[in-house]
Amino acid sequence: MALDQSFVGRTYPATDPYEVGREKIREFAEAIGDANPVYTDAEAAKAMGHPDVIAPPTFVFAITFKAARQVIRDPQLGLDYSRVVHGDQKFAYTRPVRAGDRLTVTSTIESIKSLAGNDVLAVRGEVHDQSGEHVVTAHTMLVARAAEEA
Amino acid sequence: MAAKISYADVETGAELPAQSFPVTRATLVEYAGASGDFNPIHWNEKFAKEVGLPDVIAHGMFTMAEAIRVVTDWVGDPAAVVEYGVRFTKPVVVPNDDEGAVIEVSAKVAAKLDDEARTVRVDLVAKSAGQKVLGMSRAVVKLA
Repeated sequence: MALDQSFVGRTYPATDPYEVGREKIREFAEAIGDANPVYTDAEAAKAMGHPDVIAPPTFVFAITFKAARQVIRDPQLGLDYSRVVHGDQKFAYTRPVRAGDRLTVTSTIESIKSLAGNDVLAVRGEVHDQSGEHVVTAHTMLVARAAEEA
Repeated sequence: MAAKISYADVETGAELPAQSFPVTRATLVEYAGASGDFNPIHWNEKFAKEVGLPDVIAHGMFTMAEAIRVVTDWVGDPAAVVEYGVRFTKPVVVPNDDEGAVIEVSAKVAAKLDDEARTVRVDLVAKSAGQKVLGMSRAVVKLA
């Protein structure tokens, strides 16, 4: 069942702020095995011109994907969440995420396409900090696979 | 911003040092906790097989996170990454043994984009078990 095209362009309310903690960044860097001290050592980060430790480039996905669930699970949109797989992911950074950031995400449905019975949904998440400064834009493409034939 | 690599010193076609990243079931559990993605296809073999997968698979975002390390290790400051995008083409299958799987990443400078902004496009290739696992994997990087 094709999704309703009238949802294209719909923007969802900004999420409550997510406060980025140093220890959460450390945990993420350790999970991906990345020993770059800029993720764990504030002095090393400052030596590179950052005010505090920064997060690895893909860290922010945890925050934007949680925001995208507003869209994926919008009962009016009617996406079959159990059939959703991640197709494409892209980030465009104004600056890295860093410890102390309080980030809000505003999600917008960019496009809805039907390809070979699959629903292909593009969601843009705009991430801003507490002062309203743009941090990163996440482009997430999700594919809801067609239901199997009976 | 403190990129170690100077734009003037980089030529189109230059290869970045390739790296291999091991991934075991334990890695996936750790990544699930760190990222908050607890989808059982990444830790529960029974569930993964029920939904038609060959075995437990790595999070696509884990593979994406490992691949960009080839760029961030090369350039020094991860803040030099201006854009980064991938397509998830094949899953990384992670067997339940001590070996797990290996993600092999190579990358090269595909184009010098802007002399003034000192940006280059780096194209990445990520493979596991001989299969390409990321497609259209590209980063725009601002050099010194």
